[in-house]
Order: sequence, then structure tokens, then C-alpha cells
Amino acid sequence: MQVSFETCNNTLIIKLNGELDHHSSSYVRDSIDDEILAKNPKNIIFDMSRLNFMDSSGIGVIIGRYKFIASNGGKVGIVSMKPQIKRIYEICGLKRIIPSFDNKKTAIEKL
Amino acid sequence: MKIDNEMKLEFLSKSQNESFARSVVAAFAAQLDPTIEEISEIKTAVSEAVTNAIIHGYEYEQGYVTIVCRIIDNTVEVEITDKGKGIEDIEKARQPLYTSRPELERSGMGFTVMETFMDHVSIISELGKGTTVIMKKSFKRD
Repeated sequence: MQVSFETCNNTLIIKLNGELDHHSSSYVRDSIDDEILAKNPKNIIFDMSRLNFMDSSGIGVIIGRYKFIASNGGKVGIVSMKPQIKRIYEICGLKRIIPSFDNKKTAIEKL
Repeated sequence: MKIDNEMKLEFLSKSQNESFARSVVAAFAAQLDPTIEEISEIKTAVSEAVTNAIIHGYEYEQGYVTIVCRIIDNTVEVEITDKGKGIEDIEKARQPLYTSRPELERSGMGFTVMETFMDHVSIISELGKGTTVIMKKSFKRD
């Protein structure tokens, strides 16, 4: 599992590459929290174009970051989910609080 | 019912084994010629059950997780067992958003995901003895 970052204006783009499960979740969580602390972004976008697997542990990671960003008045978006991941996102009710977009450009414009 | 094929896998309750376990079950189920979507569903359901065994069954202590996988006709049956602490209230554990470990930032959606992705999910648990989750999925072909 790899996590990399890109900043665009006030938005931190979090690029997830690999499989996000309980095992990788603590590394992913710590990497994101360190970056948020260092860059202090208003909004965050999860880029899932290279994420090949995610289970409900990943949902926990996303909700945790969402709570922090939303409590500071920011917004969270997800882009480029693969079908399996999109189903988990829908089943877990994440759809109601975090919008999904086809690509980064649209996400940055619409957040 | 005649068992067409069967395998058994046993591994330590280490989180590194979550990916290994779901890949093995998916590879075994592949002989039923599932679609990519069906394979993803099995992998996700297995990942949820194995994670529960590690986090909740053994509470990060070391123990063995056992998976028995059977193929009967066009159905794959997966039994995931831990000899950990057991579930006090199964009905509560099955409820969406319920987690016994809120401090771990869990979503509480594990059983809901298993139930959505598999055709049948049953849980057998005894306090102090452990838990077995039995999941079945059939592949209907024209």
C-alpha cells in the first residue's frame, strides 16, 4: 500500500495505491494525518484510481478524516472509484456525506 | 449433499494475513468460474470476517484463524473460525454501524458487507470459546 499527496490551492489530494484493509489502515491513517497536520488543507480529495481493494476498514479511515475536515468547515470528495469500492461506499452510506466525482478536475471545481 | 472439493487453511491472527486469506479463498472459488465482480464480493466478505477474528476474536492476541472452503455444486461455502473470546450478543454485532471497539475507528459495517455480498451468512459463537462465520454464495449460470 502506498500513499502519496498533491496539493492544489487549498485542497489536499490523497492518492491511494494498493489495497486498503485493516492491515494497511493504520499506515494510511498515520500518513494522511501527518500530511494534514503539515499542510493544513481546507478540503481533501481521495484519489482512488489506483486503489484495487477496500473493505469496511477503509470506510473507517475515510470517516475519521471526514470528521476532522468537516469540523474545520472543509469538504471531502472521492474520485475514480472502481466498481467494487463504489459498492462498499454505497452500502456503508458514505454516499450521503461524501460526494464522488469522475475525476480530480471536477472534484476540485465542485467541492 | 456431495462435496465436490474442499480446502483448509490455518494461519496466525496477524493482520498481514488478511490479504493472503482473501486471495486464497478467491483463488479456490475461481474453479466455479465466477465473474470479476463475484470474486471481488467473496474477497471483501472474507476480508471482513478475518479482520473480525483478528480484532474482536483474538483482540490482537496471537491465535489461529481457520478457513474451510467447500464447493458443493455451484455453491462455495466458506467457514471462518477463531478460538477467541466469542460474541456476547450476535444480533447486536450484526447491526449496521455497531462496533464494540469505537476507539479503533471501525465503521461497524463488517457484517452488513458480508450479508450484502454473500447469499447466506450465519454466525455460531460461544463466549470464551470462539466464533465461526459461515458464508455461502451460489453462482447461477445460464
